[in-house]
Amino acid sequence: MRDEQLIEVIERYLNGEMSADERDAFEQLRRENAELDTRVVEHQQFTGLLKQYGERVALEKRLNAIHEEIDVHAIAEEVTVHPSWIVQLWRDHHSKISVAASIAIFAVLATLFFTGYLSNNNSYTELSREVGRLNRSTTAIKKDINAIKNGTRVIAAQDKSRGTGFALTSNGLIATSFHVVNGADSIYVQDVAGRSFKVKVVYNDPQSDISILKIVDSSFRNLGQVPYAFKRSESDLAENVFTYGYPQDSPVYGDGRLTSANGLNGDTLDYEISVPINPGNSGGPLLDSKGNVIGIVRAKETRLEGMHFALKSSYLLNAIKNIPQDSLTKIPVLNSENSLANLTRQQQVKKIKPYVFMVKVY
Amino acid sequence: MNTESKSSIPTDSEIVFGILNNSENAIKRLYVAYFPMVMQLILNNNGTADDAKDIYQEAIIVLYNKVKKGDFELNSKLKTFIYSVCRRLWLKRLSQMNRYGGDIHDFNDYLSVENEVEEQGERDIQFGKMQSALQMLGEPCKTIIEDFYIHNRSMQEICESFGYTNADNAKTQKYKCLQRLKKLFFQQK
Repeated sequence: MRDEQLIEVIERYLNGEMSADERDAFEQLRRENAELDTRVVEHQQFTGLLKQYGERVALEKRLNAIHEEIDVHAIAEEVTVHPSWIVQLWRDHHSKISVAASIAIFAVLATLFFTGYLSNNNSYTELSREVGRLNRSTTAIKKDINAIKNGTRVIAAQDKSRGTGFALTSNGLIATSFHVVNGADSIYVQDVAGRSFKVKVVYNDPQSDISILKIVDSSFRNLGQVPYAFKRSESDLAENVFTYGYPQDSPVYGDGRLTSANGLNGDTLDYEISVPINPGNSGGPLLDSKGNVIGIVRAKETRLEGMHFALKSSYLLNAIKNIPQDSLTKIPVLNSENSLANLTRQQQVKKIKPYVFMVKVY
Repeated sequence: MNTESKSSIPTDSEIVFGILNNSENAIKRLYVAYFPMVMQLILNNNGTADDAKDIYQEAIIVLYNKVKKGDFELNSKLKTFIYSVCRRLWLKRLSQMNRYGGDIHDFNDYLSVENEVEEQGERDIQFGKMQSALQMLGEPCKTIIEDFYIHNRSMQEICESFGYTNADNAKTQKYKCLQRLKKLFFQQK
């Protein structure tokens, strides 16, 4: 109880409730007794803090009351530096946008990867594929017109794809690209005069993209001596070369230069040539200025302009050698005499015309 | 003319004398005058309207205490002083929240107000302790202490409102409460 009374006395002293005598006595006591003095100071500080705390709370209350009256929203609108909406969008959603972008990039890369777009071979298209669709619609239209004209309806099979082929021997052995005839039900060749002959495949070499066909049609007559020869050795760069084939219904001549001894990505099967070629040229002969067959036109790089490829003729000669004996009645003898060497280009083309065929695949 | 001058920004000496005279109106005019400035500072430096309110009120309290203590010298503009304190407080808050990017967009001149802010910070800690000590004290002690030491009510009044039979009982109660409050206060770290 002594402590309680002491506090009461201290409080009376601090609040100035003491009489002058009492006060003097207390101050005297305080000077003499250090412990008492400490107690007084302590109490004064603590109650002072309490008081200040109370004042702070009251002040905060007042400020809050004032704050209530302010239109904070309007001020916020006024003082905000308004960045453009796109910056705002980025600030508000940049994490989401980043995630979305990463996913999108990943998805694109994954798609490209799985569709094989990232491997270079993809754009290397073989040239006979798409022709079928176009030709089918053209022939269909033609047939329809004829049917209307004649009042009869001719039902004819429509070819699926087309390419070019050229005679190896006078008895109707024809070379073309394997990819032209791959998956065919039946194959016909059509000569420059428009006559069609049925052919059968005697040899396929999918690796070199070569197919050897033989005309088996009864209406076929001997072609006569093949005018061009076949070159076994490799041709030189910058050799003037030309081709002749059927990218469309009528034959098309194209020339250019031999631009590289190797094909796409150093493929030694091929030459790279600058001859303009199109789907349907596949399987056509590539001849040098002397009129020697030096290759078979077969593909182009779609992503890069002017990169076309032709299979080297040495692979063709190898393929001919590999034809199984039982599929032919006679061992093929290739023409070694070139009758085109000293002719002008126009004469050369005229000469080879009957020996180049449109290959129609059904 | 008269009404206009009242709504426009008050002069610095008006405010200082207003605070010294406990003028409610002076504080209100001060508050309204500079809040947009602080709002601009906070909102454009990664803060919200609520942050602005907290920071601004703290700055007003710093100014208020400084004026009350009598050591506010009008050698700088009030506006600059408030802005500086808010800026300092906000930088501190930002670094506490790890949101400080090392760059703050300024809209005003500012002074170094380290000391004021430090002082205020220490006092805030003391007040925080006092607040939680009072909270833990519970009723009726809290009210008795607040009535007597903060609101300056007499023991007689307290005695009546709490229904104590005599003043001595109330005094004993008050003494016990104060002892507990001290204990709670000093226990906290």
